[in-house]
Amino acid sequence: MEIPYTIQPRQDTGLFNAKLGIWLFLASEVMLFGALFSTYIIMRVGAASWPQGSSVLNVPIGTFNTLVLISSSVSMVMAWASLKENKWKMHKVYLGITILCALAFLVVKTFEYSAKFSHGLFPKTSTYMAIYFTLTGLHAIHVIGGIVVLSYLFGPGARMWKTRPEQFTNRIEVVGLYWHFVDLVWIFLFPVLYLL
Amino acid sequence: MSQSRDHHDLPFWKKYLISTDHKIIGIQYGLGGLFFMLFGFLLMLLMRWQLAYPGEVIPWIGKFMGENRAPGGIMLPEFYNELGAMHGTIMVFLGVVPSAFAAFGNYIVPLQIGAPDMAFPRLNLASLWLFFAGGVIMLASFFLPGGAASSGWTSYAPLSNIASSGQTWWLIGMACLIQSSLLGSINFIATVFQLRAPGMTWMRLPFFVWAQLITAFLLLLAFPPLLGAAVLQLMDRVLHTSFFMPSGLIIGGQAPEISGGGSVLLWQHLFWFLAHPEVYVLILPAMGIVAEIIANNIRKPLWGYKSMVYAVIFLGFMSLIVWAHHMYITGMGTAISAFFQATTMIISIPSVIILACLFLSLWGASIRFTVPMLFALAFLPMFGIGGLTGLPLGLASADIHLHDTYYVIAHFHYIVAPGTIFAIFAGVYYWFPKVTGRQMNTVLGHLHFWPSLIAMNAVFMPMFIQGLAGISRRLYDGGAQYAHAQDYLKLNVVSTHAAFLLGAAQIFFMINILWSLFKGKKVTSDNPWQATTLEWAAPTPPPHGNFEKEPVVYRGPYEYSVPGASKDFSPQNEPACRQAGKE
Repeated sequence: MEIPYTIQPRQDTGLFNAKLGIWLFLASEVMLFGALFSTYIIMRVGAASWPQGSSVLNVPIGTFNTLVLISSSVSMVMAWASLKENKWKMHKVYLGITILCALAFLVVKTFEYSAKFSHGLFPKTSTYMAIYFTLTGLHAIHVIGGIVVLSYLFGPGARMWKTRPEQFTNRIEVVGLYWHFVDLVWIFLFPVLYLL
Repeated sequence: MSQSRDHHDLPFWKKYLISTDHKIIGIQYGLGGLFFMLFGFLLMLLMRWQLAYPGEVIPWIGKFMGENRAPGGIMLPEFYNELGAMHGTIMVFLGVVPSAFAAFGNYIVPLQIGAPDMAFPRLNLASLWLFFAGGVIMLASFFLPGGAASSGWTSYAPLSNIASSGQTWWLIGMACLIQSSLLGSINFIATVFQLRAPGMTWMRLPFFVWAQLITAFLLLLAFPPLLGAAVLQLMDRVLHTSFFMPSGLIIGGQAPEISGGGSVLLWQHLFWFLAHPEVYVLILPAMGIVAEIIANNIRKPLWGYKSMVYAVIFLGFMSLIVWAHHMYITGMGTAISAFFQATTMIISIPSVIILACLFLSLWGASIRFTVPMLFALAFLPMFGIGGLTGLPLGLASADIHLHDTYYVIAHFHYIVAPGTIFAIFAGVYYWFPKVTGRQMNTVLGHLHFWPSLIAMNAVFMPMFIQGLAGISRRLYDGGAQYAHAQDYLKLNVVSTHAAFLLGAAQIFFMINILWSLFKGKKVTSDNPWQATTLEWAAPTPPPHGNFEKEPVVYRGPYEYSVPGASKDFSPQNEPACRQAGKE
């Protein structure tokens, strides 16, 4: 017997296996980031003093990065939609934009980090800096993970389009769901750390 | 249908290294889990010796322990702390969960739902490798200069923050194990949702599958916060942040160079948010195994199957909101204590429903007292004792007296040791014929069961008495320095001797497995226990891909002694029309 529903959705759940799998994975990610956001709240509530985010962090740069990530999310959807419409070249363009945006986000983040270090702000400086570096660091690891998978699907993994186009489309959809989640985490991180 | 997928007939070493077959992975998890249980048990024997005979030379092996652990063969308190922390960690995360959840779940769940494999076979292998990596890291940490982690399996901060490097290894090992069970739980849930055979509706799922499904949800949702906590503690230890380091902390008469401002309670919240659901991760698969075996050996349907299913779902949900009953005496406030006290009392209801259904199922049955059934039957009162003695701990006022005493140890060991571990034994005896094609030996089984049952009670029952007398746990001399403990020190000797007897009884189990593997009586049919669930419809042992053709399910999981049927069991894949007296 072969494993069923690897490509076609099962009728009663309406999902193919990998799509259910990624949703479950995202549920666990919600719990992971939920725990860390709770930590943020507990640290802040218990702190004697807590800096206004904008007095420590660079809000314009953060806003720019937010826009970069949102654009990457949009192009991710377009990359998937182009596959559905059988437009391979458009797919390549959009997927490429997604990867470039993700890289741009990391480059900007690196500059932000090094600026903090040069001002003598390290994770051990205060609980605010600690939670800032932990949350954004963990998020950056997720971005890097996304870049690895997206690059694989852009490069060697793209061969699958010729042999099993449906499965390849599914893969793009699944990695897209993950990518939107990474984006969404940042949408929460940005106001919490930069603005509040 | 049965096109050969890859790794159909692999050479032995490849089969056990890179096979993605759920059955091979299940066996590997099982062997790994049993190994770690034995290892954790041996750590405990060292502790038991120390508790009964504090300050005396450990016989035979004492002089090989090394000068920094047991100079002259006498155990140091620091080494006792290491043993305590690692016994708990290894038993829970490397012994019982891999055996009860990963091993039985991997092997049995796909077979019981009529699936060819798990939904994601390669993730399954990745999960196994991460488990292996976590185990190796934990074992290797014993050889660090400062020894293994020694802040208890709970790793309470700030003690764990300032502990030696063994704690860092513990955190990294835990991170591997957390990822391992995360991948495993995603796989289990996807498998049960997606790969059920035609006709296998939700209310036709064997209770074991339900128990495993809820367990997988608990692992999926409760483990990530511990991963978060591990990340925070790693930050504290490696980058010297202060998540768990409060302001004004003095260590060894000196203020450490940290910013402060952290919260020690935060660790406890994050830890117990995992670790209370973890208790149900330990017990639910055991309940599932026991339910299967009881249904098979009473030859009639389980009483109240549906209430058991609803109870287990409710239990899974409630287990996520009871965690702070471990923290009544931390000073978190009476209002919060009252909330968690209420939820804790509520969660006992579904456990009682499941246990009551299993007990009532026995009523009026002509019971087959096979070896797996003996273990399953013993599970019921043992789990009952463990559960009922938990109620005083769940009440905040009673807990003030009992907290951190031997009573707590006795309580949860009754649930996990003669509870879950007996269920694991029962499962091994029950499914051994399906896995190997041979029966396990009955005489050796009895020699394993009876001493184990007696010894288990002799180990843990005295601890209730010691705990009620107020003797704290985690004392490396078993309370010898305390006046109020003097009258109860004799009980330490009883427990220790019983523990060695318990170890001796397990030798019969090991002999039985090895002997039966090669010389056991061969089974003559695919269904030697005359069971109804689908795993017995597969060939013995099941080949890669499990079933010759996709099974179709026509009936519920426990249709034993159906009136008018030609035999006393009606397998799930037997069409209803073949049966007289049914439309």
